[in-house]
Amino acid sequence: MGENSLPLPGSLDMARPRPAARTLLEHLHEWVVTVDHKRLGILYVVYGIFFLLVAGAQAVAIRIQLAVPRNDFMSAQTYNRFFTMHGTTMVFLVGMTIIFGFANYLVPLQIGARDMAFPRLNAFSFWLTAFGGLLLYYSFIGGGGLYGVGSAPDVGWWAYAPLTARAFSPGHATDFWALSLIVMGFGTLGTAINIIATIFSMRCKGMTMMRMPLFSWLMLVDSGLTLITITPLTAAQFMLVIDRYLDGHFFDTQAGGSAVVWMHFFWIFGHPEVYVLVLPAFAIANEVIPVFSRKAIFGYPAMVAASVGIAFISLSVWAHHMFTVGMTSASNAFFVLSTEMVGIPTGIKIFNWLATIWGGKIRFATPMLFCIAFLFQFLIAGLTGIMLSIAPWNWQLHNSYFVVAHFHYVLVGAIVFCIFAGIYYWYPKVTGRMLDETMGKWHFWLFLIGFHVTFDTMHFVGLLGMPRSIYTYEPDRGWTTLNLVTSAGGIVQGIAVLIFAVNLVWSYYRGKLAGNDPWDAWTLEWSTASPPPVYNFAQDPVVRSRRPLWDLKHPEDPDWEYEG
Amino acid sequence: MSAVTQLPPAYEGEWKLPSRGRVAMFGLIIGESAIFTIFVVAYLFYIGKSLSGPTPQQVLEVPIFGTICLLSSSLTIWMAERSIERDNVTGFGAWLGATICLGLVFLGGTAVEWHKLIYRDGLTISTNLFGTTYYSLVGLHATHVIIGLLMLTIVFIFTLTGKVGRRYAERIAVLSMYWHFVDAVWVVVFTVVYIIGR
Amino acid sequence: MKARSRHSIRWMIRAVAPGRVFASALLPVALLWLATNGPQATPSINAPASTPAHEIQTLEWFVLSITGGIFFVVAGLLTYAVIRYRAKAGDAPSEPPQIYGSTQIELAWTVIPVLIVLVLFLTTARLIFAIQDAPEPQSALDVTVIGHQFWWEFRYPKFGVVTANELHVPLSSKQSPQPTFLSLLSADTDHSFWVPQLAGKTDLIPNHPNSTWIDPLAPGMYVGQCAQFCGVQHALMLLRVYVDTPEQFSAWLKNQQQPAAAADDPSTQAGRRVFETEACMSCHTVRGTPATGRFGPDLTHLMSRQTLAAGAMPNTVENLKAWIKDPAQFKNGCLMPAMQLSDQQIDQLTDYLSTLR
Repeated sequence: MGENSLPLPGSLDMARPRPAARTLLEHLHEWVVTVDHKRLGILYVVYGIFFLLVAGAQAVAIRIQLAVPRNDFMSAQTYNRFFTMHGTTMVFLVGMTIIFGFANYLVPLQIGARDMAFPRLNAFSFWLTAFGGLLLYYSFIGGGGLYGVGSAPDVGWWAYAPLTARAFSPGHATDFWALSLIVMGFGTLGTAINIIATIFSMRCKGMTMMRMPLFSWLMLVDSGLTLITITPLTAAQFMLVIDRYLDGHFFDTQAGGSAVVWMHFFWIFGHPEVYVLVLPAFAIANEVIPVFSRKAIFGYPAMVAASVGIAFISLSVWAHHMFTVGMTSASNAFFVLSTEMVGIPTGIKIFNWLATIWGGKIRFATPMLFCIAFLFQFLIAGLTGIMLSIAPWNWQLHNSYFVVAHFHYVLVGAIVFCIFAGIYYWYPKVTGRMLDETMGKWHFWLFLIGFHVTFDTMHFVGLLGMPRSIYTYEPDRGWTTLNLVTSAGGIVQGIAVLIFAVNLVWSYYRGKLAGNDPWDAWTLEWSTASPPPVYNFAQDPVVRSRRPLWDLKHPEDPDWEYEG
Repeated sequence: MSAVTQLPPAYEGEWKLPSRGRVAMFGLIIGESAIFTIFVVAYLFYIGKSLSGPTPQQVLEVPIFGTICLLSSSLTIWMAERSIERDNVTGFGAWLGATICLGLVFLGGTAVEWHKLIYRDGLTISTNLFGTTYYSLVGLHATHVIIGLLMLTIVFIFTLTGKVGRRYAERIAVLSMYWHFVDAVWVVVFTVVYIIGR
Repeated sequence: MKARSRHSIRWMIRAVAPGRVFASALLPVALLWLATNGPQATPSINAPASTPAHEIQTLEWFVLSITGGIFFVVAGLLTYAVIRYRAKAGDAPSEPPQIYGSTQIELAWTVIPVLIVLVLFLTTARLIFAIQDAPEPQSALDVTVIGHQFWWEFRYPKFGVVTANELHVPLSSKQSPQPTFLSLLSADTDHSFWVPQLAGKTDLIPNHPNSTWIDPLAPGMYVGQCAQFCGVQHALMLLRVYVDTPEQFSAWLKNQQQPAAAADDPSTQAGRRVFETEACMSCHTVRGTPATGRFGPDLTHLMSRQTLAAGAMPNTVENLKAWIKDPAQFKNGCLMPAMQLSDQQIDQLTDYLSTLR
């Protein structure tokens, strides 16, 4: 036992004895001052799930308004604030937070470290991000907006110039958008730097880069991409604030400035950003699919190479959001090619997952259900992405509901589905209890049905000429039934997510006890207790392959005999 | 069970990983470079596009002296690094002080230049596209110089109170990475503003 | 999209047509392509009535057939795998064989996508150049479109015509093409000109002139709307394109070229006085009168339009009265203020405006 570097299940609990009952205040204080990566990870994810419910409610409101033509459920002003906030919230307060929450919790555990490289920076980054989000939401009640109630941003989440200029957006709506995202951006930057430093500098003995779990590899690539993705947005937002408050002319078309320059800067951020959001979904799939197929991931080196390839190529595709702005035909052609090229490593990943499942013994627990749906849905999303990359066809589809359907297919159909998979997979590790399988299956099937009812239908109304960002539409355009169906699906999704929220809370108190390794998995986080002690591992682990627990469980057939 | 603890011979030796401070500073530099790149691109794009007001040719004077000072400060901080690696605290303090002085001279030069531009030439951030892009880019760089000088000064104060020794060489190396970055950015800004843009 | 070289539009159409082999292999599709759709209430991109829209649809089917093929193959394999390899009750408890990779398979599924990308790229690039760089023939009509918050200004520079929101263009045909080349400008924020049956959309961006073209092949009224979020009432910045036969078009043009009809009876004259003294003329133009405002739509031939406020409501006397009384009732956030006129003033004003045919 002395030679063993991994604690056996049920071995001595070396955690400090719990102090006597703490008051609520002491409890909260612990959480506010924590620098423990696990607690910060939980804070990020809880924050993200809260805003998932908020932005989801905004989506339901949007769909109620659009369920019938010329509806008056919301005024134009309110609707424009809602769709702007829905997008901004989902990308920054839900996507980025949940992703970095997962990374925060899991990366140190997976690489055999005791915490992140910079625990205090970690805490600081979280609170910066959290504060930025609260600043954004303060806009509903603060400021002195000209139109309607409150001052929430109403310029679209892409905030095109010159609509955001002082002349066209008096009041503080745009300022809330720019300033809160600048603040959140610094938080994100801190966390990304932390993850990179942790992965490069704190891996346990024997864990070379090519033996790291793919989840951690992808979080490394993701963090690197984040460094050069968020920063252009921060720069552009500084420029916007300079225009609005120091009478600068960056995007001032009256002074020779260019609205198109804002578009370039925004999409130089905006496109890689969607890869920042989707790579962690791949990261989760890379962990869940092998474990529930009972097979190692097929083509680990290719998966690493494809992820790095995606990150690099994604930096060259941004102007496929700008096919209609009047770039030269040569420029348009270039971005068609670069966009299609990023589809190649992405497609390769799908094939690798297919090959992982092939020949396996698939267990259909809730995490795997979400991942299987992810595979089909991501395939479709990728294909509609290829359709959108065809510039002349894009001239019809751009800014229509076809685009909205496409990106929701990625954001919900791929990313949210994988996040759900990840939560069902790692909740036992975080809390020590399993999420209820029955509620999980209800959640899955209702969400799946609602998702498809809404977003499959949405593609068609886009093909029929319905543009996005409109608070209402004409009754004689033939879009009515499709919109009603789309809205109905939204309600079903809402119910599914509520079941999920109930499951999270209920299982915390009444879930089945999980033990160290309820899924019979292979990476280091499953070798320690559930929840892990504050120091993670009793002894620093030493590894010899990509699946240290497989080696432990199969001493007659260890991975290191097969890995190059 | 014991199979896990048997490492292949290659790993019986040292398990050497890069220093987390250096990796983190490298990450910060990459992120900051992206921010500067956007401001540089905006500057380059808007060259010659101002609709009115003073042009770079009319009002810009090449800050040769300030540039020499700032670039020399990279040398002096490198000397400081070498001193502290050899535990030569006095030498370190001297070179660090020199670095700070050179940085302050650079900032002073910028201040004098801006005073002239604003009060004599009438160029402000709101005058025209040149004004907007010039003050943003040079100002962004100057802000980074100020932050760097603040950190260097804090270290200098710790040196004077005798707290600094060889054990801090690694952290000082990380700080000087930042300072070198600031200088490298100046090379780019200088080229774009005073050479290409004029 | 800016026009460039010297060739005729006929050459361009032929050059753009898919390769002969492909065309003959998909004769039904080709027939579909040739059959022109008339205008319909639902502005579907798959009911093209103009060459750019037709070409885009042909490319669309081609791409759809490839992506559809990919979908069926991959989804088919996934479905098979998920069913065939599920863990069954009677299974042995051992783990399945661990396969770590296969260079040949991985190479194959890299090379095939590269080839598909190449094919897609080449067919796409060809159409980009054909549509975007299509030369403007002599017979083309030039229209300048200026986007405003939240209405469209149309100017026919060669004819001295200025109108708003409802664009009239001549019918074109393959035999004698009469395309309309649109110059796209903006007076304030970004907008986008989108009439799906006629062409893909092109943006109107201030300080960044764009152009696009259409050659409508069937007469009638085509609908569209602004497709770039431009502010509060973006949703009600609707678009109508009336494709007129040559006779209809010259009649319309001739009418539009006339200055406003003189106001003869007392009520109309009173209305004109209201118009000119209550600040209407500071925003609106009525040609032939002192009203030369440029901020709002030209009203010289207001009654020749079917809708008011860029399609927000039909152009009837009641709607006009209600609109003038309180524009926010129809389009809350639009830039026309309620001028606090009395009901009598509004009646007179409407009488006057009704003469502007």
